[in-house]
Amino acid sequence: MRELNFPFDGKDIIRRRLALRKQLLADGCVRVKKRIAVLGGSTTNHIVSALELFLLNFGIEPEFYLSEYNKFYEDAVFGNPELDSFDPDVIYIHTTSRNLTMLPESPAETAETVEHKLNDQFAYFKQVWDSLKQHFSCPVIQNNFELPLFRRTGSYDGWSTAGHAAFIQRMNVMLLDYARNTRGLYIHDINYLSAVCGLANWHDAEAWYLYKYAMSTNVIPDFAYSLACIIKSIYGKNHKVIDLDLDNTLWGGVIGDDGQEGIEIGQETAVGQAFSEFQSFIKGYKDYGVLLAVCSKNDEENALLGLNHPCGVLKSTDFVSIKANWEPKDRNIAETAADLSLGLDSFVFIDDNPAECAIIEGQLPMVQTINLSTVHEAMYKLTRSGFFEVTAVSDDDMHRSEMYAANAQRAAQLRSFESYEDYLLSLDMHAVICGFEPVYIQRITQLTNKSNQFNLTTRRYSEDEIQKVSTSPDHICICGRLLDKFGDNGIVSVVIGKCRDKELDIELWLMSCRVLKRDMELAMLDELVRRAKDKGITRINGFYYKTHKNSMVAELYSSFGFTLDKKLDNGDSEWHLDIEGYENKNKVIKIRDKENPE
Amino acid sequence: MNNNEILPRLNEVFRDVFGDSSLSVNENTTSADIEDWDSLEHINLIAAVENEFGLRFKMREVSGMKNVGEMLAIIAERGK
Repeated sequence: MRELNFPFDGKDIIRRRLALRKQLLADGCVRVKKRIAVLGGSTTNHIVSALELFLLNFGIEPEFYLSEYNKFYEDAVFGNPELDSFDPDVIYIHTTSRNLTMLPESPAETAETVEHKLNDQFAYFKQVWDSLKQHFSCPVIQNNFELPLFRRTGSYDGWSTAGHAAFIQRMNVMLLDYARNTRGLYIHDINYLSAVCGLANWHDAEAWYLYKYAMSTNVIPDFAYSLACIIKSIYGKNHKVIDLDLDNTLWGGVIGDDGQEGIEIGQETAVGQAFSEFQSFIKGYKDYGVLLAVCSKNDEENALLGLNHPCGVLKSTDFVSIKANWEPKDRNIAETAADLSLGLDSFVFIDDNPAECAIIEGQLPMVQTINLSTVHEAMYKLTRSGFFEVTAVSDDDMHRSEMYAANAQRAAQLRSFESYEDYLLSLDMHAVICGFEPVYIQRITQLTNKSNQFNLTTRRYSEDEIQKVSTSPDHICICGRLLDKFGDNGIVSVVIGKCRDKELDIELWLMSCRVLKRDMELAMLDELVRRAKDKGITRINGFYYKTHKNSMVAELYSSFGFTLDKKLDNGDSEWHLDIEGYENKNKVIKIRDKENPE
Repeated sequence: MNNNEILPRLNEVFRDVFGDSSLSVNENTTSADIEDWDSLEHINLIAAVENEFGLRFKMREVSGMKNVGEMLAIIAERGK
C-alpha cells in the first residue's frame, strides 16, 4: 500500500488507522504470521497499532502480547505464565531514556561512582536480555537510548562526568558492544531516529504526563516503521535488487547526446561530485548482498561508454544485468527479474524521470520506486525506507553479486554445448553435503526464511530452531554447498527430515533458485537416502504444500520416483519412496567428503 | 470560527478515528455515546483533532473534556 511506504504522512496514518488496517486485511495477500511480545517501559499501545499496519504492509501478520504498563523487567526476569503461553516469535523491549533510573545526580559525583551507576544500569538491562534468552529462544529487539532535550549545563552535559547526555552515550556504547557479540539481540537505533526527527519534535513531556508516552504521538509512525524494518529484515523480507536508470541518475547529462567526455561524473564539477558520491553509496550496497542492475533508455554501446567513464565509481562489471534499449522499462524490469529468478517484489527502481517511475508504479505495483530529484534526496529515501535494512551479514552476502555474475557466464556457455548433460559435466561441479555445521546455521536460517519458489513446505525456522534440530537425534539435517569452475555458490540447499520409527518425514526441502537445473536436488536426495539407511529407515515420506510461489516443485517428488499417496483439492500432495534398493541418481556433480577444497 | 464551520470537519475526524462513516456527533455527544471511545482511542482522537485544527490542547483540557461541546468551544477559540 503506497500510503504506508516511506515517505508517508504520519498524521494521516494516525487518523485513518482503522480504515488502512481494514483495507490491508482485505487485500487477499498471503502473509506469514508472527507472534510479537512487546515488553514496555512506557505506554506501547499506539506504537503497536502503527507497527501492525507497517508489518501487514511488509507481508507479516502480527499477533501481539503487551506487557502491563512498565512491567518489562518483571515479565523478563521473573517470568509470566501469560507470556510463556503466548510463545513469542520475537520479543521487543520498548524502553527509552525515561527508563534510565541511575542517572548521575550531582556534579559532586566522582568518576568512580558514575562508573558504578553505569555498570549497574547496564547490568539491569543485561539481566532482562539474559533471562529472556534463557526462557525463549527467539530474537530480542532492544531500543538504545535517545538524548534528552533539556541540558542544564549546555554542551558540558555531553562530556562531563555527571552529564546525562554523556551517561546516555556511554550506555549506548556498552549496549552496542554487547549486542554485536550476542546472537539474536538486535538494537533499534532510536538515538539516530530521534536525531533525524529532531529532538524538539521527538520529545513531548506532556504526552508523558498525560499518557506515559516516551515520545510525541507525531513521531510514533516513524518509530513504528523503523521497528517494522528490523522485524521484516529478520524474516528475510528485504528487497534484493536496485535497478537504476543512467542519464541524470548515475551521472549528470545524457550520454547519447553529450558523449563520454560530456557527462558529469568525478571531482571536476559540483554536479560530478554529487553523482560520484551517489555511485559510491550505491556500490557499497553490493557488499551487503544487494544486486545492482541497469534499466536505461539508451543504445547499449552508449550505456557501456558511460559506465566505463574513467572517473566513474561504478563499472559495468558491478551490475548483474544491464538493460539498455528502447523497450518500455516495465518490460525490461520484468525480464531482469526472470533472468535472475527473483520476484518483482525484490526490486527497487531509481529514475530521475517521474513519468518512468509512474509507469512502473502502474504496471508493476510490487516494484518500489524512488524518483531521484537530487542524489541526496535519493540517498535519504534509500536510508529511511528500510528496503535493505540489515540484521545479519553472512559471507554469502558479500559475494552474492559475483555469484549472479557467474550465473550469467554459465548461461553464455550453455549455448555452445551439444547436450545439457555435456554442459553440466563441463561445469566441473563439486558439492559438499554435510550436517548443519555451526558456521552454516545463520545462512541456513536465512534460506528457510526467504526461499519461496523451490520450497516444498515453506516452513520458516528461527536461528534457535535450526540450532535445535541440528543436534536432534530424531532428525536428519543436511545442507549442500555447490562449487563449480566459475565460483562457489555457497550453501544452496537445505533438507530436514524427522524420523518416525522406520519412516522419515521430510519437513523441509528447499533450494536456492540460482542453482536450478544443476541436478543438485539429486545429489541431496542421494545423501538423504544414505543417511536414512544408516538410521534403519526404510521409507521416506514427502509433502508438497502449495503456495502461490512454489508451483515449480509441485511434481518434484514425482520426478524423484516417489509414489503419490494423496492429492488434496487445495493442491497439497503427499508422497512416499521405499528406499531399499535405491540407486544414486546424481551423475554430474562430484561429491566431496571434506570441507577443504582440493 | 463558528460551530457550523467546525462541526463538519470535526465530524470527519471522528469518522476516521473510529472507523465509522455513519457516525454523527453534536455538542452533547460524550464518550459514552461512542462504543470505541475509550482512553486509548481518546489519545488518537486528540492527536487527530490537534492536527486537523492546528492547535494544541492543554493538559487540563485533554483530561477534563466532558463532551464534544467543550471540544468545539476550545477549537472555536484557538483553532485554525
